[in-house]
Amino acid sequence: MELKNKKNRRDFLKNGALLTGGMLIASGMKPFSALVYATNHNEDAEHWYGMAIDIEKCIGCGNCAKACKIENDVPEEPFFFRTWVEQYTILNDGSKIITSENGGLNGASQDYTPDEIFKSFFVPKMCNHCTNSPCTQVCPVGATFESPEGVALVDSTYCIGCRYCVQACPYGCRYIHPKTKIADKCTLCYHRITNGQVPACQEVCPTNAKIFGDLNDRSSELVQFIKKHDWQILKPHMNTKPKVVYNALSGEVN
Amino acid sequence: MPKHIRRLLLLFAVLITLFIIVRQVLIPDSFGQFGHYRGLALEENKAHVARYVGTDICAECHWETMELKTADMHAEISCETCHGPGWKHIEEPEQGQLTIPEGREFCGTCHSRNPARSASLIAQVNLSDHNIETNCSECHNPHAPWN
Amino acid sequence: MEEHTQHLFEMLSQVDGYIYPNELDLQWGILIVLYPYITGLVAGAFILASLERVFKVKVLKPTYHIALLTALSFLLVATLPLVSHLGKPLRAIEIMITPNGTSAMAIFGFIYLWYLMVVLLLELWFDYRRDMVIWAQQMKGFKRFVYRIFTLGVNDLSPKALRWDEKLGYFITIIGIPSAFLLHGYVGFIFGSVKANPWWSTVLMPVIFLFSAMVSGIALVMVVYLIISYIRKMKVDMKCLDMIGRYLLIALILDFSLESLDQIHRIYEAEESFEIISLLMSGQLTYTLLVFQVLLGTIIPLIVLTILQFYKKNIRLRQTLYMVVGFIVLIGIFFMRWNIVIGGQLFSKSFHGFTSFKLQLIGSEGILMAGLWLIIPIFILAFLLWLFPPWKKTEETAY
Ligand code: HEC
Ligand code: HEC
Ligand code: HEC
Ligand code: HEC
Repeated sequence: MELKNKKNRRDFLKNGALLTGGMLIASGMKPFSALVYATNHNEDAEHWYGMAIDIEKCIGCGNCAKACKIENDVPEEPFFFRTWVEQYTILNDGSKIITSENGGLNGASQDYTPDEIFKSFFVPKMCNHCTNSPCTQVCPVGATFESPEGVALVDSTYCIGCRYCVQACPYGCRYIHPKTKIADKCTLCYHRITNGQVPACQEVCPTNAKIFGDLNDRSSELVQFIKKHDWQILKPHMNTKPKVVYNALSGEVN
Repeated sequence: MPKHIRRLLLLFAVLITLFIIVRQVLIPDSFGQFGHYRGLALEENKAHVARYVGTDICAECHWETMELKTADMHAEISCETCHGPGWKHIEEPEQGQLTIPEGREFCGTCHSRNPARSASLIAQVNLSDHNIETNCSECHNPHAPWN
Repeated sequence: MEEHTQHLFEMLSQVDGYIYPNELDLQWGILIVLYPYITGLVAGAFILASLERVFKVKVLKPTYHIALLTALSFLLVATLPLVSHLGKPLRAIEIMITPNGTSAMAIFGFIYLWYLMVVLLLELWFDYRRDMVIWAQQMKGFKRFVYRIFTLGVNDLSPKALRWDEKLGYFITIIGIPSAFLLHGYVGFIFGSVKANPWWSTVLMPVIFLFSAMVSGIALVMVVYLIISYIRKMKVDMKCLDMIGRYLLIALILDFSLESLDQIHRIYEAEESFEIISLLMSGQLTYTLLVFQVLLGTIIPLIVLTILQFYKKNIRLRQTLYMVVGFIVLIGIFFMRWNIVIGGQLFSKSFHGFTSFKLQLIGSEGILMAGLWLIIPIFILAFLLWLFPPWKKTEETAY
């Protein structure tokens, strides 16, 4: 009797442990119970800011890169950029040439004649404000983070300057500010967008190649744009889920 | 348990407690408010002053230029694209801190011929042979190129 | 600051192909090369010491304390190059105050403290406590003062107390092995988990780091042992030296196999990044990778050590060879760290070009400073050997 009881209790404990363990595992797996939003939509947030960049419209004038430097006090040396413009030139022989002299800030120039060129286009680059940001993931102290609106920001009074985030960004969008020695990056002009303005790069774009908006707002220009165009993101294999999307992004772009 | 082990444990206990106390003191106030970061950092990021103020504000005073511009091909371009940020100018217009762009190269940043530019999107000229004798603004008004 | 921008302007002309503009500024310099190098030496030396104690490899006894003290003196310095490399060194403490759970780097402070306080210091403490109590009574002045503090004011040398020391010390050594693995495997993870960088991002990275740590740690202890014996005019225990040599050989073989596996895997899979990486290896890394790391640091030591397994005649010659092998292995592993840390930043993440790295002589990121960080531990070691001379330990102490 006594013995049986003991056994029962042991069985109970064993089963209980199995059950809890099983539940833990199951709750960790839950394969398709969560919705996957193709257009990077976030139910839990009030706003979920993003940007569309229309490569077809970009004329490579570099005003975005220039305005960004002025707006955000980015050092003017040609190796610190929050946004820059790359010029891709595919020659008839198949070779690919990428240039971005001074971040394209002074406008673009072309060294090849139209006869040699197979195709050519501009790609404005900026922080992709990834939903799975590798940079905020690796910050050891919580000095770079995603704001409730999905904007990747830096806390300049808290950053220790370890540079791990710079290494972690697959897009090369971060730099260490030469004066303050802390990480700096595109904030999607957080001070502007929370104040009803558009980011400075979009403000000065002569051809409206950039469209800022709220991905949660189905009627926003951004969401409408995403609906109508075949958009693409940079380095999708990184699974960073960027909130910056490109229209007419060519396969040559890295 | 021998005495020295007890002392050792005590030492470790003291060190750990000390660390916990120091940690509590040093954690910034707003840390963890929204996530693993200082909540105040959001406000600090917002506090940055915008340099580019937008075309609508320019129109309040420069309505003539504005009218000219909206009627022509440069309608879509923001004043500040060519003149630079207006945050100081709108406070003290007389200071004239804005840039008045000049030279053929300036128009060329958008209009010089480049195969990477779509021809249907922007009219392009060869800076080296399109009416090289004078400045562009002699013939094209920068605010209304066909005027 | 000005100097740095000046330097960057010079570098601008060195760019080959296309790099993202922000990539010109190479973020992690020689100080970060030292970080895995030094922690590797610590972990390796500790593992060698543990072999003796946990796995009862008695022949290694003469190097047991030397290995532990070497590990300690390098560990004490390990964080300094890191902290001095930070943009804001004074904020370094934040890493302990608000460690970010998702960051591979965040728990560094804790792992470091764990290893320093709980593993190394405690192991040495349990080991030296008896001697410190005795020495405190025999000596005067500074030494006496230090021993007094370290004994925590307890002079209990009863058999019971000593048995506790023995047991706990053994226990700590056992925890120490996984901790040493953690300490260095973790450093490997910091690099191995950066998915943006194909040169770093490999699951093998922590394992490779671990084995290279053993290689460098064992080599270091070997060199230190030989030098100490030479300075103190002690007879070198050839059995012990041969055993260290054998372990070094095994560790080298494992390390070399793992690294080869990594490269073969890269070549066979030939992912998107393959071209840029092969250009890197045949370009800017030719000397540091193929000559220093592979030839000097691996192949030659492998050959010499293999020969030394059979050649047992001339003792002087063998000692010299061990010494030379120890040194070139240390150089080889240094360049292995170099190739990982610096090499990983030389190519653009656009995979379309290279930046270059020019080492400065002076300045906080310069060669001299790096040399200093490597020399300081040697002084610390000399000091520790003076304060806690293993050769003066009373014999009865069973560790
Ligand atoms: C408060 C009214 C006001 C607003 C708003 C304003 N301006 Fe002006 N602006 C003036 C006045 C007045 C002058 C003439 C100052 C002078 O002659 O020294 C002027 C002159 C200029 C000039 C010529 C400067 C020079 O050095 O000759 C430019 C260019 C200009 N404004 C552009 C702008 C732009 C672009 C904006 C929008 C960002 C803007 N202004 C907004 C009042 C305004
Ligand atoms: C395509 C670029 C461009 C845009 C857009 C532009 N400007 Fe100008 N603006 C110029 C140039 C170039 C000059 C110098 C004209 C000259 O040299 O005669 C100029 C001159 C001026 C002047 C000096 C007085 C004058 O008329 O010569 C004022 C004021 C001015 N702009 C205001 C504005 C305002 C307000 C807007 C927005 C509504 C605006 N500009 C948009 C290029 C531009
Ligand atoms: C920031 C870029 C930008 C700058 C600077 C600029 N433009 Fe324009 N320009 C445009 C855009 C955009 C259009 C309208 C699209 C088009 O060309 O069809 C345009 C249109 C024109 C047109 C009409 C072309 C047509 O198709 O009918 C002329 C002429 C022109 N600009 C002349 C100038 C001159 C002269 C300057 C220098 C004072 C200048 N632009 C500076 C962007 C610019
Ligand atoms: C001597 C007067 C004159 C000057 C100076 C001048 N243009 Fe023109 N531009 C014209 C005329 C006339 C046309 C229309 C006929 C044509 O296409 O050539 C024109 C046409 C253009 C067009 C439209 C071309 C098209 O294909 O639709 C652009 C763009 C343009 N000019 C830009 C410039 C720029 C930029 C400069 C300065 C570098 C400049 N122009 C200087 C007279 C001038």
